[in-house]
Amino acid sequence: MPNATIIALIPLLPFAGFVLLGLFGRKYLKNYSGLIGTALLLTSAALAFYTAYDYFFVAGKVNGVYQQLNPMKITWLAFSQNLSIDLGLTIDPISVMMLVVVTLVSLMVHIYSLGYMKGEERFPTYYAYLGLFTFSMLGLVLSSNIFQIYIFWELVGVSSFLLIGFYYNKPSAVAASKKAFIVTRFADLGFLIGILILSNQAGTLDFHQMIATLTSPESNAVKNAAASSFLGASALTWGAALVFMGGAGKSAMFPLHIWLPDAMEGPTPVSALIHAATMVVAGVYLVARMFPVFSITVPAVLEIIAWVGAISAIFAAIIAITQTDIKRVLAYSTMSQIGYMMFALGVSGYGGEAGLGYTASMFHLFTHAMFKALLFLGAGAVIHYVHSNDMQDMGGLRKKMPITHITFLFACLAIAGVPPFAGFFSKEEILLAAYHGNTAIYWIALITSGLTAFYMFRLYFSIFWSRPYGSNSHDHSADHHHGEGGFAMMLPLVILAAGAVFSGLIPFGEFVSSDGKPLESHFHLAFSVAPVALGIAGIVLAWVLYKKQNTIPDKLAASFGSLYKSAYNKFYIDEIYLFVTKKVLFNLIGRPAAWFDKNIVDGMVNLTGNTTVFISEKIKKFQSGKVQLYAIAFLAGVIVLAVLFIYVL
Amino acid sequence: MNGSTIIFYLLAAFTLAFGMLAVTARQIFRSAIYLLFTLVGIAGIYFWIDYEFIAAVQIVVYVGGIVVLIIFSVFLTHQAGEKLPKQLLSRKIFGALAAFCGFALVLLQVFQHEFAVVGKDVPSPTVKDIGSKMLGTDHGGYALPFEVISMLLLAAMVGCIVIAMRSRPEEKEPANSK
Amino acid sequence: MQPGLYHILFISTALFFIGVFGFFTRKNLINMLMSIELILNSVNLNFIAFNKYVWPGKLDGLFFTIFIIAIAAAETAVAIAIIINLYRNTQSIDVESAEDLKY
Repeated sequence: MPNATIIALIPLLPFAGFVLLGLFGRKYLKNYSGLIGTALLLTSAALAFYTAYDYFFVAGKVNGVYQQLNPMKITWLAFSQNLSIDLGLTIDPISVMMLVVVTLVSLMVHIYSLGYMKGEERFPTYYAYLGLFTFSMLGLVLSSNIFQIYIFWELVGVSSFLLIGFYYNKPSAVAASKKAFIVTRFADLGFLIGILILSNQAGTLDFHQMIATLTSPESNAVKNAAASSFLGASALTWGAALVFMGGAGKSAMFPLHIWLPDAMEGPTPVSALIHAATMVVAGVYLVARMFPVFSITVPAVLEIIAWVGAISAIFAAIIAITQTDIKRVLAYSTMSQIGYMMFALGVSGYGGEAGLGYTASMFHLFTHAMFKALLFLGAGAVIHYVHSNDMQDMGGLRKKMPITHITFLFACLAIAGVPPFAGFFSKEEILLAAYHGNTAIYWIALITSGLTAFYMFRLYFSIFWSRPYGSNSHDHSADHHHGEGGFAMMLPLVILAAGAVFSGLIPFGEFVSSDGKPLESHFHLAFSVAPVALGIAGIVLAWVLYKKQNTIPDKLAASFGSLYKSAYNKFYIDEIYLFVTKKVLFNLIGRPAAWFDKNIVDGMVNLTGNTTVFISEKIKKFQSGKVQLYAIAFLAGVIVLAVLFIYVL
Repeated sequence: MNGSTIIFYLLAAFTLAFGMLAVTARQIFRSAIYLLFTLVGIAGIYFWIDYEFIAAVQIVVYVGGIVVLIIFSVFLTHQAGEKLPKQLLSRKIFGALAAFCGFALVLLQVFQHEFAVVGKDVPSPTVKDIGSKMLGTDHGGYALPFEVISMLLLAAMVGCIVIAMRSRPEEKEPANSK
Repeated sequence: MQPGLYHILFISTALFFIGVFGFFTRKNLINMLMSIELILNSVNLNFIAFNKYVWPGKLDGLFFTIFIIAIAAAETAVAIAIIINLYRNTQSIDVESAEDLKY
């Protein structure tokens, strides 16, 4: 069994960085804070890789099946015999994979930020927040029970909030951070209720026991839960659906996705870490963690997950085509790719060949982390160079930023699913799983993959080709700029590019599968033709439209008319939310509640206070400050009492 | 009615009359002098009942000490011949009424009660008796209260100095700042 | 009739309430202090009278009187120190002027 201390150190080292930099960073460690954070994370990443090696090749496999191990388990809050909240560490294929992904991407972002955030006033605070986030995310993936995951889930939300609002003197960043926090918090409310329902039915919070209880059809829990129904669905269905709601909120699934594009207000490396590679896949991870429950006990919820994922994938892809802010394009692309992972889980079955979707989803999670972090960091380098987020201000940068250009191209090829880059392999598996699971979703996925190739290369051509750099009055910074951002920014790009190119070659099914047994991934050449052809078609289309600056895109946009306009405006989802919250919730519920609070609740309190003030105004004149009056009153009182005691009583 | 009785009534009238004057005189210096006479009258009563020691203490401490102190403070705080402001009539009436009620009530109680008066043939205590009792440490001795009183006097002395000598002109507030 | 305990008690009671009346009606702090001296003296007289007529063989009433005189002296000294300090601050020893803490 792997060493519990080593595993516990993986999340605790970034936490130590958070405490150290948070407490002393601004005063004493201002110049070293970045290096301290990076060094701690480097150690953490090394330990994570060691753990992965230890688990996958030495300790994890028993009789050809990867076991779920709990190297540490502490009873933290023992409420009663049956109810206690524990803290534990879980080591199984997906958590180890996530350890590697999180520490790797976080390390890249730490290194990258040394260059990107240089000269920032709140540099130590930034690294403290990064440490907090990394700690929370690692804690989340290592959680051994559902309540522990909830605690880290919220911590992740908080650190995401802090990092989105890092430029807190920018009103849009403040608004975005609040929006992200409130939307995910709303989803987490569902998650919490789901936790309560599921743990109540299973009688435990522990994942292992919960899954064991809820997946055996003979157990009393399942029978009881099936008997207690609400609005036509059993308690378990509701619980699982609500848990998925939490996951959907964190993973920006339709219709809870509205926070993700706005979250791009944060520093770009943060977007790469949180809003592309790690935190947003927490929802996928959660579903994967509880996959047996979804798959065996409540297949109806799994169906919902599949459709939500599919809709999110195509919906986000359509919006991404029309956006001009490069980070927003990437945000929608993230949402689309997470949609892929979601529906891959949704169409998957449990165990054996049917579990292909599960493996594919995790595989895509892994490869996506590589190329999406790379895309964001590359975009960050571009933004760093151009000082603008808008595509219109870019173009022709391939000569100015050669390393960024090449790595960005690799990432685009990977996400477009061009062989032999990483995205090709994971996407093929997803499509294969969808083909076997649900034909309608397969077609949606196929179209989406074409759209993905198109919008990614639209982005690529707009940034790096389109027109010679400096031909536009916006290119004011061209003169006083030299280089692309230095070694600290380029090293992560190169490392991640290597990941984006080669990580697809990992025989992922060997390591991660729904039931722990190795899954042989078959490669079907005939099957791959359609998606690859679509991807190439998308690339060619983008090449035609955006290689040289021309007017065809505008004409095309005009010919699509209202469709283009509504996609450009993100299908008015934000407006619908605003309408619901402002007009309906605010006016119909908020206002009367506020009125009640102001007039009835506060009124009672004020009445008490005002009565006291009123009475004391009346009687304070007794305290006249005239000593002799007091003395007269005193004597009169004594006489009255004396008379009373002597003659009356 | 023998001479002793006449002297007693004279003393009583003297004491009460000057007591009354002391609390009604409009000039504070006169008021202090009337108080002095009242205290002397009380000392006379002590003499009349053969308690010479306590009468002497009364004259030495009260007449010689306290009244002199009061007159000093009068001189420190008043112009000579200055008349005091008049008190409100209603305050006077209520004060008199309350005092009279209390007076009547107490007298009523006192005269209704039979005190076990012992004959007058017991000799008055001599100074020697008082001295040995006051510093006596056996049962009924007053050595401990004596020491406590001396501590009290010391504390009062220090307190007076601290209160009266504290002069911080920079903290002086304008008079009557309500 | 030979004057006895009741006569002295009358004097002391009268003196006590004269003092009380003075305490009620005088505005001047020194005058109020004098009233208090009168009250204390009436109490002394009381102690002496009871000592003389009720427990002639004992000395306790007498000692109480002596201690009261001592305490009265201390009290007067402290009171006058306070009065002078007040006079310094407010240029007045009117009891009504020392009412900053009312309400």
